[in-house]
Amino acid sequence: MIRVPELIIETRHLKRTFGSLVAVAGLDIAVQRGEIFGLLGPNGAGKSTTIKMLTTLLPPTSGGARVAGFDIVRQAADVRHHIGYVPQLLSADGALTGRENLTLSAKLYRVSAADRTARIADALRFMDLEEAADHLVRTYSGGMIRRLELAQAMLHEPAVLFLDEPTIGLDPVARRAVWDRLLELKHRSAMTMLLTTHDMEEADALCDRLALMHQGVLATLGAPADLKAAIGPDATLEDVFVRSVGRGIEKGGTYRDVRRLRNTIRRLG
Amino acid sequence: MTSAGFATRSAGSAKARVAVFVAQTLAIAEMEAHKLVRDPTELISRAVQPVLWLLVFGQVFAHTRAIPTGTLSYLAFMTPGVLAQGVSFTAIFYGIAVIWERDLGIVHKLLASPAARSSLVLGKALAASIRALPQVVIIYGLAALLGVRFTLRLDALLGVAGFVLLGSATFATLSLLVACVVKTRERFMGIGQILTMPLFFASNAIYPLAMMPAWLRAVARVNPLTYLVDGLRVTMIRGSELSQFGLGVDAVVMAFLLGLLVLVTARLYPGLAR
Repeated sequence: MIRVPELIIETRHLKRTFGSLVAVAGLDIAVQRGEIFGLLGPNGAGKSTTIKMLTTLLPPTSGGARVAGFDIVRQAADVRHHIGYVPQLLSADGALTGRENLTLSAKLYRVSAADRTARIADALRFMDLEEAADHLVRTYSGGMIRRLELAQAMLHEPAVLFLDEPTIGLDPVARRAVWDRLLELKHRSAMTMLLTTHDMEEADALCDRLALMHQGVLATLGAPADLKAAIGPDATLEDVFVRSVGRGIEKGGTYRDVRRLRNTIRRLG
Repeated sequence: MTSAGFATRSAGSAKARVAVFVAQTLAIAEMEAHKLVRDPTELISRAVQPVLWLLVFGQVFAHTRAIPTGTLSYLAFMTPGVLAQGVSFTAIFYGIAVIWERDLGIVHKLLASPAARSSLVLGKALAASIRALPQVVIIYGLAALLGVRFTLRLDALLGVAGFVLLGSATFATLSLLVACVVKTRERFMGIGQILTMPLFFASNAIYPLAMMPAWLRAVARVNPLTYLVDGLRVTMIRGSELSQFGLGVDAVVMAFLLGLLVLVTARLYPGLAR
């Protein structure tokens, strides 16, 4: 049995470049066990690149990180065993039913056959998907797909859940349902979560602490309430952002980012 | 709840690791099988081409007697070739599926799971093999109606199934490899088209190696389809004197190639998520 570290995620000068583009420029963050930690910033700030490095999908150019006590480069397989991941893109298979998607996850994450049925039933109930469990996922609404993806990612009770833009493209009601489930999950299991968002309201509603990212670097870090209080009474996270990076959180990103974003929204729609 | 994950460390004996690998590989293949059962249109459309080869090309060439096939009828000679062609052409476009999965986000999720990369690749390859089996049934049925006499012993039939699975998995893995390199649908389709015809015509599928000019025979000897055809010809058609290389060589060549392709593709697979 491995001792559960208090710092679930710890990065050291984490850096990733693509040719001459510096996506993440030496990031240092530390995420405590049980907190919901948000990476907030506009498209192109380096949030998704950071999450890809922490989930071992992308090797860092330099620097490093430990996740759940394991090195993301040297112990990548151990890292993968202890994390859950919901990509920004659509990751549930539309040609399978909800239950089949969950069964695949359970088998890949080595949930024992004895526990599988009960865990899947529990996850379906928790995500309010019991009735649709045996329908094809391509008939689901965007909100249901996101909840199914969350169910898949939490099935093996990971030490940390990575969520890349968890409510992107969802309508306000579906978005609220996802927030409720995430907060309930935190309450129920003390699962650590790291999420990226460019949505100030989402950051405010969910995150215990926030790292504001801008052009690959950490602009500021703190609890949402503290960050706002430091600016003045009635300040918003938007004000915090403007103060720390000198401009608003307008949506930028490359052609490829925009195309992917729109594809995701269309598919979830 | 959170700490439960830490108790299940990944290590364990070699035997346990193999069991995990097999379970994860089968899990991937099983889900692909579910999809096929639900939407069998692809299985049916894939059967059209072999039927045309047997009915049109096979009938015409059998009548002209242009291709010397010894004591064997031309139809009996080409039937294993048509099966091998059907199997390999179905498999060689299989990689497009992972390009779709990459455009969605399914590949990203699978690659962030603890499943070995090689089990993700081999699982997909096995799924491609399942697609090939209905072609066997259709080709056996049609060729039998046309008067081809098959070896119907159990060991021979198992041998045919084995070669079909092996050949299909091999060409599907080659296809996944191409998908990992080119990453877009357009480039992938272009390469698929470039690969299929030379594979087919530079093989012993529809004419014997002995008929070929020396340079083409040299190409055919390094063409995996030649070994698949050879293996199928021995197991499907009466009289094992048909083999050029021997059944053992055919099987070893295909198995070695599959292993090599799985290893290389597993190394390239993570590139799909970057």
